[in-house]
Amino acid sequence: MRKADIANLLYERHGIPKREATAIVELILDEIKDSLAAGEEVKIAGFGNFTVRDKTERKGRNPKTGEEIGITPRKVVTFRASPVFKQSVLASRG
Amino acid sequence: MTKAELIDNVAKKVDGLTRNQVDVLVGTVFNSIKDALAVGDKVEIRGFGSFRLRHRAAREGRNPKSGEVVRVPPKDVPFFKAGKELREMVDR
Repeated sequence: MRKADIANLLYERHGIPKREATAIVELILDEIKDSLAAGEEVKIAGFGNFTVRDKTERKGRNPKTGEEIGITPRKVVTFRASPVFKQSVLASRG
Repeated sequence: MTKAELIDNVAKKVDGLTRNQVDVLVGTVFNSIKDALAVGDKVEIRGFGSFRLRHRAAREGRNPKSGEVVRVPPKDVPFFKAGKELREMVDR
């Protein structure tokens, strides 16, 4: 499933014209991105939480050459699915 | 930002829809992602990221109270991988 499929659902289920539906899906995604970019957590009840985590510097290795390289400290986004989300996957997939 | 704040922010930027209507649309967006994964599909949104299932193998766990060994069955769990644009926005 892609962005266009989600926009299409807004059209089919709620009658939102396709162009507007695409714009709304993009607005939602942009709000989440901007919030995370500002270092803020995004908590969507019934879906899950997006968090920004600090990764410290660590040593890595180039898997091809075996050469040791430094991995710089960085910020990464992690997602924790809510219990409802996990359950909906388990319920239908076993 | 909570879901309610997300709805507020989107509602402010959309003309011609009430907050309640935006609430319903936001609900459909997140439900559609949940539903896709529930049927084993994956969701790929360029610039944002992808949602897919990660398989967890069966393992032996232990009941922390009784110390009894229990079999934890294999399962699929939702997994999100941030897309390039989001990764770069967050790690500036």
